[in-house]
Amino acid sequence: MNFDAIIESLPMYASGIGLTLQLLGASLVAGLLLAMPLGIARASDNVWISRPVWLYTYFIRGTPMLVQLFLIYYGVAQFAWVRESAMWPLLSSAWFCAVLAFTLNTAAYTAEIIAGAIRATPHGEVEAANSLGMTRLAVLTRILLPSAMRRALPAYSNEVIMMLHGTSLASVVTLMDLTGAAREMNSRTYLPFEAFVTAGVLYMAMTFSLVALFHLAERRWLGHLAPRKSTPLIAATV
Amino acid sequence: MLHGFLPTLLEGAGTTLALAAASLAIAVALGLIGAAAKLSRVPLVRWIATTYTTIVRGVPDLVLMLLIFFGGQIGLNAAAAWMGFDSYIDIDPFIAGVATIGFIFGAYLTETFRGALMAIPAGQREAGLAFGMSRMSVFVRITFPQMVRFAIPGFTNNWLVLVKSTAIVSVIGLTDMMHRAGMAAGATREPFTFYLAAAVIYLAITSVSLLALGALEKRVTVGVFGQSRRVA
Repeated sequence: MNFDAIIESLPMYASGIGLTLQLLGASLVAGLLLAMPLGIARASDNVWISRPVWLYTYFIRGTPMLVQLFLIYYGVAQFAWVRESAMWPLLSSAWFCAVLAFTLNTAAYTAEIIAGAIRATPHGEVEAANSLGMTRLAVLTRILLPSAMRRALPAYSNEVIMMLHGTSLASVVTLMDLTGAAREMNSRTYLPFEAFVTAGVLYMAMTFSLVALFHLAERRWLGHLAPRKSTPLIAATV
Repeated sequence: MLHGFLPTLLEGAGTTLALAAASLAIAVALGLIGAAAKLSRVPLVRWIATTYTTIVRGVPDLVLMLLIFFGGQIGLNAAAAWMGFDSYIDIDPFIAGVATIGFIFGAYLTETFRGALMAIPAGQREAGLAFGMSRMSVFVRITFPQMVRFAIPGFTNNWLVLVKSTAIVSVIGLTDMMHRAGMAAGATREPFTFYLAAAVIYLAITSVSLLALGALEKRVTVGVFGQSRRVA
């Protein structure tokens, strides 16, 4: 291990982490905003509403994210009307294409997670709300979504980790994220072990920080489902 | 159709499938060893298995693949030079791809198989031993068939993710379907057409896999009440 070379490249890795977090944050926020209505539509009883969403998630979940990224980054330039449109300055930027591809990808997976959590709502809760005369919107925003979003938390934490790892594909379209920094260090110094092990260790640190954050969130919002701690029970009997 | 590039694209799909199948074979072997190690009574063996699955789950596929491809090249040549060979060895992208993807999904299958093994009541194994069956025949005739039943949903999921992961091997230069779609896109200046064609072929592979593994699940859960009808 050539530690001097690693230390010399650390500023590059730091800015790589910055870009990785930026790509992750932007696509997660946009993806979640998109996934909420899609997930609600996917859980709908009306097939004309749920089928189109199913088709979308089936396509996204059945194809590699690299293909989706290439379709957007290289693909759309094929059409002259895209190149002449007002969107072209955005669509010719690697950053925007990467965020767009990651957003569309995570939105599909998250929509399925949300739909599953909505379907798992106990019937009685919805029936009780209906018999109290709540409107459909009130049932959705006050009964279904608050508990469904909590129930979706464990599956969503997996999706966030998958997306963190997925952002490494940004380096394939020339972006200097954490993986991009490692590839740059490898081609400059020809020290592949040092370059990629450093990136791997940094990704692991980010992964486990995210896992820890989600554990805290689950304790906060899913605490009522945690196994009961035995101490208060003993204290009560004594 | 596709300016005559369809045969080359399908040839690439063959490479993709061969890569996926070879990786799966390694992953299943590593997964079985890993699951046995995680359930071992020796703490060191359990620790090694846990380290393995933790590293794989913490690092992106692409980074592991670049490490094995570029790092493996240097390591192998250093080892060869030390042993007195002076010719330069190039790692084949196919071998590097199979090694990486097999290594990664071995870790995921470790968790799948471990969960499946733990779902089998211990009394069944004990009953087999009490009848005087050897440990080997208890595994082959009692534990393994039930492990398959419990492992199929997780296995299906892992296989679908594995097939999609093979696309990144094109980054290190394997002429798989992605790579060929890129070449055709460059030659015809129709990138959207060819990446969409590649997407459709991936979708066909994942759809057929879903149907086939669904049928297999129906077959192995035939003896479980209520289960077989649920799958149908």
